[in-house]
Amino acid sequence: MIDKRVASCAQALEGVFDGATVMIGGFGEAGSPIELIHALIDQGSTDLTVVNNNTGSGEVGLAALIQAGRVAKMICSYPRTTNSTVFPKLYHSGKTKLELVPQGTLAERIRAGGAGIPAFYTPTSVGTPLAEGKEHRTIDGREYVLEYGLRADFALIKGLQADRYGNVIYNKTARNFAPIMAMAGKVTVVQAAQVVDAGEMDPETVVTPGIFVNRVVHVANPAHESELVAKGLSYPPTEPS
Amino acid sequence: MSAEQQNAEPQIGWTREQMAQRVAVDIADGSYVNLGIGIPELIARYVPEGREFIYHTENGLLGMGPSPAEGEGEPELINAGKRRVTALPGASYFHHADSFSMIRGGHLDLCVLGALQVANNGDLANWSTGGPEAIPAVGGAMDLVAGVKAIYVVTQHCTKTGEPKLVEHCTFPLTGLGIVNRIYTDLAVIEVTSEGFQLVELAPGVDFEYVKERTGAPLLSMSESPTNATRA
Repeated sequence: MIDKRVASCAQALEGVFDGATVMIGGFGEAGSPIELIHALIDQGSTDLTVVNNNTGSGEVGLAALIQAGRVAKMICSYPRTTNSTVFPKLYHSGKTKLELVPQGTLAERIRAGGAGIPAFYTPTSVGTPLAEGKEHRTIDGREYVLEYGLRADFALIKGLQADRYGNVIYNKTARNFAPIMAMAGKVTVVQAAQVVDAGEMDPETVVTPGIFVNRVVHVANPAHESELVAKGLSYPPTEPS
Repeated sequence: MSAEQQNAEPQIGWTREQMAQRVAVDIADGSYVNLGIGIPELIARYVPEGREFIYHTENGLLGMGPSPAEGEGEPELINAGKRRVTALPGASYFHHADSFSMIRGGHLDLCVLGALQVANNGDLANWSTGGPEAIPAVGGAMDLVAGVKAIYVVTQHCTKTGEPKLVEHCTFPLTGLGIVNRIYTDLAVIEVTSEGFQLVELAPGVDFEYVKERTGAPLLSMSESPTNATRA
């Protein structure tokens, strides 16, 4: 019997290793799998390459992972956000490297990686500093730049609902990078607010078919980054002095 | 952009709201439109009567509606500026690869962006000042200018310190080459033509010489029609 459900976030992250590439879903706080990220901090893997559109905010979630010194390199499009204070510090000290990728190129690199396409030509960034040193080609009179597909050892994403086969639906604009990261992760882990029995999800509305998902963990009331930041919380929680 | 970043001579020309309103007048009924952060966001307030625009936000929503009241809305229903928004009846959600297929694939009619500099060949710089301390952040700007059918820029005519933003050559890192079609500033509407900047309309109380003095590249007056049609 296929049952991708696991009992805890810790179990869901089994096997993450030092030096792994980890895709983390979310655009800002929408779709950020905070509970999985916190479990990854607890799990202890380091020297990670993390793929996310941003670099987190406050001292929770992705920002906390970066602050804990676990991230050797960020691949992202917009490492500047309100309340994003952790990454600038580590970036300027040279501790965390940055590969800056235009947002649509980032999305397509992830999609291509998951779809078995090793590289593709795109018009995005031609003539800008982000195209320097990259292979160019003129097709039908227009210039394009070669970009490579991206894959990851692990993809951590957040769904609204999942079943034991790993079928997933999302909540509104929390969908963002999750469906393509699910495709590009060798091991894709979904935290879902609702986990239902097989057959309860309408096949017409499934967004991520279960074939792209390896592990499903039930996180009933996922935290929202902005609410944790507004409360001044950090992860791991600091002991009251 | 905050109020203090307004032009040093606030009595003259259009306000931010009037600039947004002026852009809206030029958007065709039925357009699919992506609005950048800042003044472009204001355009959604000024849809001319009898027209319908559908707003795309690149994080994954077509049919974006106005922001809810302060403190309302949902943390997982946001726009590209990460502000809470609403979804109008008929809206759809999609993932990032689909969203940028809409952009890169030429399915959107118009994108309105802010600018640091626009050159008179249509080059745009709007993502980085290139300073050594600045953390580079590009987001979707390069994809938008590479794929959307028409690119309008809405910006103050000059910087806070009075430097022209309309120039012969961008000195900041480029976002895209030769892609700007029209510029809406607090002083004027200017078309980017094959012969450079061409005045289309002056803000009330502003004359041609005033705009010309504040433009860092040659400016053709309304009567100096270029031999070639507009780039668009």
